[in-house]
Amino acid sequence: MCDTCGCNITPGNAHLVTAEGKHAYTRSGRESVEVLQNLLSENDHQAAHNRSHFDTHGVLAINLMSSPGAGKTALLEATVDALHDQYSIAVIEGDLETENDAERIRAKGIEAVQITTGSACHLDAHMVHNTLHHMSLDGLDILFIENVGNLVCPASFDLGQHLNVTLLSVPEGDDKPAKYPVIFRAADLVMITKTDLLPYLQGFDPQRAEGYLRHLASDAPLCSVSSTTADGLDTWLAWLDIEIEKQRQRVTAGETQRPTIQPEDARLHVSHSHQHVKHSHG
Amino acid sequence: MHELSICHALISQIENVATEYQACGIEKVYLQIGALSGVESQLLRQAYTVASLGTLADGAELVIEELPIRVRCKRCGAETEAAANRLVCGKCGDWHAQLISGDELLLASLELIH
Ligand SMILES: Nc1nc2c(ncn2[C@@H]2O[C@H](COP(=O)(O)OP(=O)(O)O)[C@@H](O)[C@H]2O)c(=O)[nH]1
Ligand SMILES: [Mg+2]
Ligand SMILES: [Zn+2]
Ligand SMILES: [Zn+2]
Ligand SMILES: [Zn+2]
Repeated sequence: MCDTCGCNITPGNAHLVTAEGKHAYTRSGRESVEVLQNLLSENDHQAAHNRSHFDTHGVLAINLMSSPGAGKTALLEATVDALHDQYSIAVIEGDLETENDAERIRAKGIEAVQITTGSACHLDAHMVHNTLHHMSLDGLDILFIENVGNLVCPASFDLGQHLNVTLLSVPEGDDKPAKYPVIFRAADLVMITKTDLLPYLQGFDPQRAEGYLRHLASDAPLCSVSSTTADGLDTWLAWLDIEIEKQRQRVTAGETQRPTIQPEDARLHVSHSHQHVKHSHG
Repeated sequence: MHELSICHALISQIENVATEYQACGIEKVYLQIGALSGVESQLLRQAYTVASLGTLADGAELVIEELPIRVRCKRCGAETEAAANRLVCGKCGDWHAQLISGDELLLASLELIH
């Protein structure tokens, strides 16, 4: 029995008790309980679990986010063309409920698993985990996760990826980072896509786009690419090379990493043990 | 509308706490939400009404405290308030700033009915 309020504090709920003592009674006699828990902690646990799967298999997991049609699948197609001799790549397709995107990737001869998100506007860590059971991570170097085309919702859900890449296509306008700060702030790399259209869309100023990004206090690198002409693809591929090497070093050192910008969770997450069901992935 | 899935997570957290404390209902739910959390309070309220139906949280009042965005300048050290798309130092204007609050998405506390 707890001295202050007479309730039961067990090892199971002791983690909820803050230093000041978490119990109080309101004037109307209601029991007030301090919780201070991130609303996404359940998702974040699953994400951490996913990340440990990736690390166990030495895979670098990259989450691609953008508005619909910004060129995520086209970038993946161009990337696979350029790298399939060098790296083993797989793709989780979360964009749209059709198999179209997955089929575009499979046409390149690599594994692509479609998540049928139905009406969901984002992927979450549980969806990704379910998918992991339908694919093999063995021998894989990179796993790309193409998120649902949406500049709002995907930003809130950690999937277990190591890095976030946010795409901004030229037709969308250069002020998108100012309009969708949460998702652009979450990026470890921002890619301006469809740069072959720059001559036709003179309202888009890449420097201004970078200015808006810096105003989010982000020092993420920015690169420009046209998946159609392959212009600028080298910079992206070089970045991938470096990140794959970093992931190998982390795996050797038994370390991991989360995307640079993490929600509040990273700071406030009350550490407590929880059990994961042991299982293996195909 | 990811607010709905966030609400489902919220409801299960509420139910866990309520069960732990053997409460038979919930009077109030206090949330803390930062402007950079990626969640709209308005949408969360609407989603909550739907998601809480038939649960222990049904009928509980949702009290949302919106937390301001604050940054600490890496150059001059000042701590200032900032807008969601201008996370720059309010004193010297430098963008090398660190977010110190404004991305919270927390279940802060509950008022339980016994
Ligand atoms: N001009 C041009 N069009 C592109 C480029 N990348 C993609 N597209 C086109 O933009 C549309 C959407 O591309 P997609 O890759 O499906 O976008 P996603 O929804 O982000 O996966 C398609 O019609 C693509 O052919 C590019 O670099 N230049
Ligand atoms: Mg696509
Ligand atoms: Zn697992
Ligand atoms: Zn949504
Ligand atoms: Zn300053």
